[in-house]
Amino acid sequence: MKKFLFALTATVALTAASGAFAEDKFKACFIYVGSKTDGGWTQAHDIGRQMVDKELGDKVETVFLENVPEGPDAERAIERFARSGCGIIFTTSFGFMDPTIAVAEKFPDVKFEHATGYKTAPNVTTYNSRFYEGRYIIGQIAGEVSKTGVAGYIASFPIPEVVMGINSFLLGARSVNPDFKLKVVWVNTWFDAGKEADAAKALIDQGVDVITQHTDSTGPMQVAEERGIKAFGQAFDQIEAGPNAQMTAIEDTWGPYYVKQIKAAMDGTWEGGKSTWDGLKDGILSMAPYTNMPDEVKAQAEKTQAAIESGELHPFTGPVNKQDGTVWLKEGEVSDDGTLLGMNFYVEGVDDKLPQ
Amino acid sequence: MDIFQSVLLTIATASTPLLLAAIGELVVERSGVLNLGVEGMMVIGAVCAFAAAYLSGNPWIGVIAGIVAGAVLSLLFGVLALSLATNQVATGLSLTLLGIGLSGMIGENFVGRAGARLPNLDIPVLTDLPLVGRLVFGQDPLFYVSIALTAAVMWFLFRTRTGLTLRAIGDNHKSAHALGINVLKYRYLAVMFGGACAGLAGAHLSLVYTPQWVENMTAGRGWIALALVVFASWRPWRVIGGAYLFGAVTIGQLHAQALGFGIPSQLLSSLPYLATIVVLVLISRDRRLTVMNTPASLAQPFVPDR
Amino acid sequence: MRIELIKRPQQSALFSAVSPLLALGLTVLAGFVIFSLLGKPPLEALYIYFVEPLSETWQLHELAIKAAPLIMIAVGLSVCYRSNNWNIGAEGQFILGGIAGSLIPILMPGFQNFLTLPLMLLFGFIGGAAMGAVPALLKTRFNTNEILTSLMLVYVAQLFLDWLARGVFRDPNGNNFPGSIRFPSAARLPEIIPSQGSAHLGIVLAVIAAAIVWVMMKYLLRGFEVKVLGGSPRAGRFAGFSSSRMVFFAFILSGGLAGLAGICEVSGAIGQLRETISPGYGFAAIIVAFLGRLNPLGAIAAGFVLALTYLGGEGAQMSLGISDKVARVYQGLLLFFVLGCDTLIHYRIRLVFGDPVKAQG
Repeated sequence: MKKFLFALTATVALTAASGAFAEDKFKACFIYVGSKTDGGWTQAHDIGRQMVDKELGDKVETVFLENVPEGPDAERAIERFARSGCGIIFTTSFGFMDPTIAVAEKFPDVKFEHATGYKTAPNVTTYNSRFYEGRYIIGQIAGEVSKTGVAGYIASFPIPEVVMGINSFLLGARSVNPDFKLKVVWVNTWFDAGKEADAAKALIDQGVDVITQHTDSTGPMQVAEERGIKAFGQAFDQIEAGPNAQMTAIEDTWGPYYVKQIKAAMDGTWEGGKSTWDGLKDGILSMAPYTNMPDEVKAQAEKTQAAIESGELHPFTGPVNKQDGTVWLKEGEVSDDGTLLGMNFYVEGVDDKLPQ
Repeated sequence: MDIFQSVLLTIATASTPLLLAAIGELVVERSGVLNLGVEGMMVIGAVCAFAAAYLSGNPWIGVIAGIVAGAVLSLLFGVLALSLATNQVATGLSLTLLGIGLSGMIGENFVGRAGARLPNLDIPVLTDLPLVGRLVFGQDPLFYVSIALTAAVMWFLFRTRTGLTLRAIGDNHKSAHALGINVLKYRYLAVMFGGACAGLAGAHLSLVYTPQWVENMTAGRGWIALALVVFASWRPWRVIGGAYLFGAVTIGQLHAQALGFGIPSQLLSSLPYLATIVVLVLISRDRRLTVMNTPASLAQPFVPDR
Repeated sequence: MRIELIKRPQQSALFSAVSPLLALGLTVLAGFVIFSLLGKPPLEALYIYFVEPLSETWQLHELAIKAAPLIMIAVGLSVCYRSNNWNIGAEGQFILGGIAGSLIPILMPGFQNFLTLPLMLLFGFIGGAAMGAVPALLKTRFNTNEILTSLMLVYVAQLFLDWLARGVFRDPNGNNFPGSIRFPSAARLPEIIPSQGSAHLGIVLAVIAAAIVWVMMKYLLRGFEVKVLGGSPRAGRFAGFSSSRMVFFAFILSGGLAGLAGICEVSGAIGQLRETISPGYGFAAIIVAFLGRLNPLGAIAAGFVLALTYLGGEGAQMSLGISDKVARVYQGLLLFFVLGCDTLIHYRIRLVFGDPVKAQG
């Protein structure tokens, strides 16, 4: 046994030595909370990573760890990356925030990028996407095509990101149909195709004729297709699951951001302590082709998208009341980013009580 | 379609995979074997069913693939827990780990593909009958299979000689062996039946419930199926009751949310589990009846002595 | 071909020692085959899997962090299973222990002195024990099967924690994201050797718990009672032992230790109450309990082995791009080998070829 172990160690030492010359590539590392083929959040990040491979493949080596649970396991995984010579580490889930900060403190020379959080450090930046811009557009489409005037929203967990999405969707819908209503169902999971499909069925049975989701599977899209109603894709173009149902989808396109930041890290222009919150105009999210809707609705959607991209339209512009009828934004007033990022209230018209 | 029927259909779809997996595990446990690997066999069934249906374009080939895959995986459990007399609880749990990993490997290239859906039954006139037409004549084929299978298991366990033998083995494998019964053969067959049923339940998930493959798509349903066997006190007809109770409360809480009652969704989401506990407490108070139905040699390894 | 087991007259001391090595050999062999088939360098993969995590100090600390909850829970479960009570809900008891122990730093953040930690640990134990007492009560009073109730309560506990972490226990300065305040240092389980790595006292407590329970099982009347009632309730009744008291004892001990593990995890490794605090430790510990042959000291070894497979799988994924699904499959195989080889302790294995009927005659 001893002999065998010795032989094993020796061989490994040899292979390690022979592989050493490949080591001068810059190493960019990714921590995923889910599986890289989850068809949702994590897969979108992995497609971004693949774009890095494609564009910078001769100079950059990408490495990833998938299905990393939030908490101590994440801290270990990040530390492992930091020790293994990663130049920049992307931690792609909100729950990785504190572990990222903790490891960053121990490795001041490594650069860290944390998605969707709010804590930064001299070597930690955060990045996020203004998903709500897309949600405003799909809300407006829903407001125009819905005959019942009620949409269904399949929500995951009551965090500001999700609440912000619900509000933006409703504001979009009410911009064309002031009486529009929204039913919300919380499924308490990011990912359970069956449960999401059940929620979609329950909503449809209660009279909604457009559904949208802030969960990751294509379960609801399939239900919409089957029941002959309309829906919107999440994170991806889900047209394959709903060829007659999907009107458009909010696509997460992290790739350009990753390429940009890795380049900056390599040429020394990377800055720590920053918070980036990009939107449609920066290409961090994009809309899938508008289909399965009347031409005038499509034209309206394109117009709205152009207005958001040019900065002419901000979805959260007053007058907007809170759910209880009190004024939140006065006429013409635009919400500040801080309020949005910590959002814990509904706007007027949401038919649900926000879990507090 | 009226809302009453539509809600009941949704409940039936949610309950069918639970019922399929649970009825298989019931037979396994009646033979005195506890296989905690239902989740693993189910998820393997789901991925193999999807892959076969996708590649062949025929969902029925998918169903067969799911059944076979579940049975093959259960055979692995059989070799360890039956032939090598390993601890059944640990072996079953390890089987779940293995099954989830293996399904991820197999399914890597099938994520996000649009699958082949098993079509619903459609009988002219009958299916369109008001109120109950779709419910009785217009569901997916596996729904009818699940009901028929439950009836068949009932008949088999309590009306046939082989079924009697199987129960005898579960109650006292030593006496059964002394009577010249090949205990391990019966148990192997029971375990494989359980695996096949779990695989079929998985096939229902990836071909009917949500016709797609996503990793871990069983999402704990195998565990619920295991609990339902206990809930049913090892009686087949009670498995139907348990599966439908669980399905009904699951769907009911979603409707309660959509109606906007403002109850915390976590509380609503925990209702199916709480309801199952409460109902089980109510029905298991009769100690005599419960003891009578519990397979006495459950989870105990059997090694024929000579 | 068929496998025949022949019972040894007594446990084989030789195989008690050799079986783990044999399992290791088989695992290495299987790994060699799997990794070669995947086109990965098999020796390097095996090295990364089994040796590398043990070769660096900081990784040893991480190993201890990962093993601590597994061992602590498994120690309680081994007593519980020995007494023939089936607690499948350690995950829920772990969670409730984490919640109960966190009450002090969250509700009374100002209470910071030498009593803070001991009280938190006590609360954690009580929380887990209370959660464990529910299936025990239902079993003794209403004859309700404990497998179902303990398992179902896991889901309830998870949702309850989710509700707390997003609602009443949410950090008011946390941007409305879930999760409590970060605990002050008086409420943090200290690290053992802070200069070397981040392992906290949890592993020490787990080993102490294992030792105490081992002594109890071996030398105290209570341990004897567990074994007698577990082996045969009838014999236990003749000996004057109460089986319903034993149900409570088994569930309160296993639930309490799971709860203690929960608060150790929250206070030691995490540092705040989050919406999820366990990646399934309560279920993995069931495997650990059986791998350790339901012996508290065995649980220590088994806990480290299972923890090693997590770390090794992670390393293989990172260095060689071996997907975590392969790591999971490999973990399952390893467990199968260990379980299968343990058969040799009690039995001799004979392969029988040819017609089974003739062979039997």
